[in-house]
Amino acid sequence: MRPDGVLLRSLILGLLLIAGHGQASSIDVYEFDTREQEARFHALNAELRCPKCLNTNLWGSDAPIARDLRRTVATMLREGHSDREIRNYLVSRYGDFILYNPRFTAKTAVLWIGPFVLLFLGLAIIGVMIRNQRRAARAGDQLMTPADAERVARLRAELRQDTSGAASRS
Amino acid sequence: MSEHAGTAPGSMPSRASLFIPLVVFLIILALLWRGFSLGDPHALPSALLNQPLPEFALPVLHEPGRVVGSEAMHGEPFLLNIWATWCPTCRAEHAELARIAEEYGVPIFGINYKDNPAEARRWLARYGDPYVFSVVDADGSLGIDLGVYGAPETFLVDAEGVIRYKRIGAVDRRVWDTKLGPLLAELRDAS
Repeated sequence: MRPDGVLLRSLILGLLLIAGHGQASSIDVYEFDTREQEARFHALNAELRCPKCLNTNLWGSDAPIARDLRRTVATMLREGHSDREIRNYLVSRYGDFILYNPRFTAKTAVLWIGPFVLLFLGLAIIGVMIRNQRRAARAGDQLMTPADAERVARLRAELRQDTSGAASRS
Repeated sequence: MSEHAGTAPGSMPSRASLFIPLVVFLIILALLWRGFSLGDPHALPSALLNQPLPEFALPVLHEPGRVVGSEAMHGEPFLLNIWATWCPTCRAEHAELARIAEEYGVPIFGINYKDNPAEARRWLARYGDPYVFSVVDADGSLGIDLGVYGAPETFLVDAEGVIRYKRIGAVDRRVWDTKLGPLLAELRDAS
C-alpha cells in the first residue's frame, strides 16, 4: 500500500470514530485493487439501506446482516460487477426497500410524481382564488350606479370642505 | 344596504367550502390510521416470492463431507427453516416445527445460519431434530441469496423448488393454522 493510502485510511478511520456511535461500527477493513473501487464501495454503502434497521444505511449499521451485505458489495466490486449489477442483485433479494434512492417503477411512481401533483394542485387553487377575487373586485366596480357615484362625489367634496374649514379655524 | 350584501362572490366563503378543513382533517386522520395499523414495519414483502430457490452447494450439518444443492430438497412441497443456536426465537419455535413435521409429514429442511456446527449439532441433540437435514451456511451467503436478514425465517417451497411463502419470525400455532398450513394443503392438492 502506498504511504498516502495509509494516511487516507487512518484519516477516514479517525473521522468515522469521531462521527460517533452509528459510524464507529463500520471499522472492518476492506482491501480494493483501485481507488476507484474503494470510492464506489463508499458510495454504495451510503445509498444502500440496512434491511434490519429501517432507517440506517449499510455504513451506519452494526447489524450482522449489514456487515454481511458490506462484504457482499465488496466481493462483487472486486469481481468487477458494475454498480447497477450490484444494486440489481440486492433488489432481487431484498426488494426496493434496500435502495434509499428508489427507482422509478409503477410501484414507486406515486413517490416521485406525488409531490409535483400536490404542487400543481396548490398552484391551481391559488390561481382560482386570485381569479375569484379579481372577478369580485370588478363586480364591485360595476355595482355603483351613476346616481351612487354622484352621491359619493358630493359627499367627498363636503368632507374636504369640512376638514379644510376645521383646519383654518384651529 | 341590501344590494351590497353578498355582492362579491368569493369574498365570503360559500357554505360548502366551510367544510374543506374538516375534509382535509378526515383525510389526514385516515392516512395516519392506516399508517399506525400497518403492524410490523420490519415485515418486508419477499422479493423472491414465486421465484425458484437460489442455487447453492453447502455441506450437510451431520455429514460435513456431503455437499448438497437445492435439488436434494425437491420432490414434494417442503419447509425451509433458517435457524441458529444464537437465536432465542429459533429455540421458541423449535417445538412447533417438530409438531408440524410429525403431524403433517411435511419435510422440513434447515439452514444452519452463521453458526458453530459443533454447537449446532449439540443443540439438535438436546432439543430434538425435526429436519430431514440441515445445511451449513457458515458465512450467511445463502442467507443473502434468500434475502434473509435475521433468524428465524421459514420458506414454503413447492415440489418444483419455487418459493410460495415466506414467514419472517417464529412459526407458531397461529401462523401455521392461518397461513402455512392452508398454503401447504393447497400445494399438495395441486400436485
